[in-house]
Amino acid sequence: MSKTLFDKVWDSHVVRKIEGGPDVFFIDRHFIHEVTSPVAFLGLKNRGVKVLYPERTFATADHNTPTINQHLPVEDPLSANQLKALEENSNEYGISHWGLGHKKNGIVHVVGPENGITFPGATIVCGDSHTSTHGAFGAIAFGIGTSEVEMVLSTQCIMQPKPKKMRINVNGELSKGVTPKDVALYIISQLTTSGATGYFVEYAGDVFENMTMEGRMTVCNLSIEMGARGGMIAPDETTFNYLKDKPLSPKGEEWDKAVAYWKTLKTDEGSTFDKEINIEAKDIEPMITYGTNPGMGIGISKHIPKAEAVEGGVTTFKKSLDYMGYHEDDAMVGKKIDYVFLGSCTNGRIEDFRAFASIVKGRKKAEHVTAWLVPGSHEVEDKIKEEGILDIITEAGFTLRQPGCSACLAMNDDKIPAGKYAVSTSNRNFEGRQGPGSRTLLASPLVAAAAAVTGVVTDPRELL
Amino acid sequence: MAYDKFNILTTTAVPLPLENVDTDQIIPARFLKATKREGFGDNLFRDWRYNSDDTPKEDFVLNNPIYTGKILVGGKNFGSGSSREHAAWAVYDYGFRCVVSSFFADIFKNNCLNIGVLPVQVSPEFLEQIFTAVYDDPKTEIEVNLPEQTITITSIGAQESFDINSYKKGNMLNGFDDIDYLQNMKGEIEAFAETLPL
Repeated sequence: MSKTLFDKVWDSHVVRKIEGGPDVFFIDRHFIHEVTSPVAFLGLKNRGVKVLYPERTFATADHNTPTINQHLPVEDPLSANQLKALEENSNEYGISHWGLGHKKNGIVHVVGPENGITFPGATIVCGDSHTSTHGAFGAIAFGIGTSEVEMVLSTQCIMQPKPKKMRINVNGELSKGVTPKDVALYIISQLTTSGATGYFVEYAGDVFENMTMEGRMTVCNLSIEMGARGGMIAPDETTFNYLKDKPLSPKGEEWDKAVAYWKTLKTDEGSTFDKEINIEAKDIEPMITYGTNPGMGIGISKHIPKAEAVEGGVTTFKKSLDYMGYHEDDAMVGKKIDYVFLGSCTNGRIEDFRAFASIVKGRKKAEHVTAWLVPGSHEVEDKIKEEGILDIITEAGFTLRQPGCSACLAMNDDKIPAGKYAVSTSNRNFEGRQGPGSRTLLASPLVAAAAAVTGVVTDPRELL
Repeated sequence: MAYDKFNILTTTAVPLPLENVDTDQIIPARFLKATKREGFGDNLFRDWRYNSDDTPKEDFVLNNPIYTGKILVGGKNFGSGSSREHAAWAVYDYGFRCVVSSFFADIFKNNCLNIGVLPVQVSPEFLEQIFTAVYDDPKTEIEVNLPEQTITITSIGAQESFDINSYKKGNMLNGFDDIDYLQNMKGEIEAFAETLPL
């Protein structure tokens, strides 16, 4: 019987099926960080249970770490306490720990793939909804709650009903200035933030086949923003080339064996999906959001829609525009901005910095703009320096910060002040997401760069 | 963590008729810094509930003494966004045992079921009926009957049935959690792990 990529990976990890209930689902790789794991470890202690497979769990500190002066003690006592808890719990249970200051430290969804912890056909979870990122490798990867973190630590399993399947095909060629971020924001704007709830997505078509691993990670990362638990892309030569020789990737004969298996991980012809969506690449232009959820996005050259033209409640839509200080039918181009954030598990990889540099090269940061450029990991930071990107951005008046989640969720000091506008390459524009009262415009690194040098929302195609 | 058993809940309800209520509103990220599960109810809907100087915002429903009860009624796509279980903890810790909406985000729904908050999905029409009934008379009681899987607006007798899988239903009725179940099948899990290709 023909099977989808998702079926193949899911079905091979079901330990037990419960009649009228969820599947007992085995997890190959488990990432933990300082925010959603402490209570899970507390649960283990209360039950007097050990970690079943410590070698399958990987800890990194990222959510509330500072992005300057990382060599100094963390000032916020609550953050410091969580970081200490992660370190102590990891040590106590024999879990690998890449804490602040460790050369492998960085955002969990950046360092996992970089080190070959992520691999095709794996099941991967983390107490973080953007775990969907790892689906770029043909893995089933999704976010879980803290109770489930405790389940994985103690039994390497969680209990999950099998989601429905959706395939999103994007075919054709992307236009100039259109990046993987724009593809994802476009899909979300079409589907809304709940359009894929209950589904697991497979992305297929030319556009994803021709995309780099970094781009695929950006797309899969944003799957959760349309409500999907995760999204995945069939592994191919691009995937294998990326993973080859990564520190924890299989080596020698093991590698050959692995690749032979990974090559079987694709959707068989004749497989069916519960829902299928077709999109033409040529319909996508650089995107920007104007509201308070990631589905409220439009092509950058367009005007904010009228409430009646949008699916959903008028009250909710108007509340959102009020919060943003915007009005129906406003043009987005030309809107003044105060902050720019380049980084996060969505767009904190080397390609994102290359894209940013391609626009700011030979230009200057707008005087009134505060820009936070935060690499996703030390490895990204090193490449920025090696490739001369640091020189380009420094020349243009920008500085580089140290790795972490930073202003994406503003758990550390990187908070956008109330009322200020930030063009952000992160993943959520919810009210107060980047700091109480902050106003977020989600966009690609190119759009962020264009805004950073002009001080207003600008179509990046004019600067390329 | 153990929670109270859920059987039949009859109580007034708190209406929040907004769509896409995300977990950053339910509990903002800056309140996720605890290493224990304590006190999250104080920060439930923090930025909608309080001004920046910590004074209550009078127009927010949780600050309106007319509306009380153990059921929170929200608009479509409730709980979207982050996987933070803290959002479900905040709802529970504040005193809600049930959230009613016409549509729930996946992870939030799952987290609720894992900690003893019952998510009840109703039709958009029934949701409107609840809002209308509660606004007409804030003392209106809603009955959520888990054994029968029904929800009733007692004042007008309107009733709808809701879905829950039988495994999770059993857990909620008995106050069990998944870890108890998984702990009892460790041998089976270890044998399974041996068979994986990598």
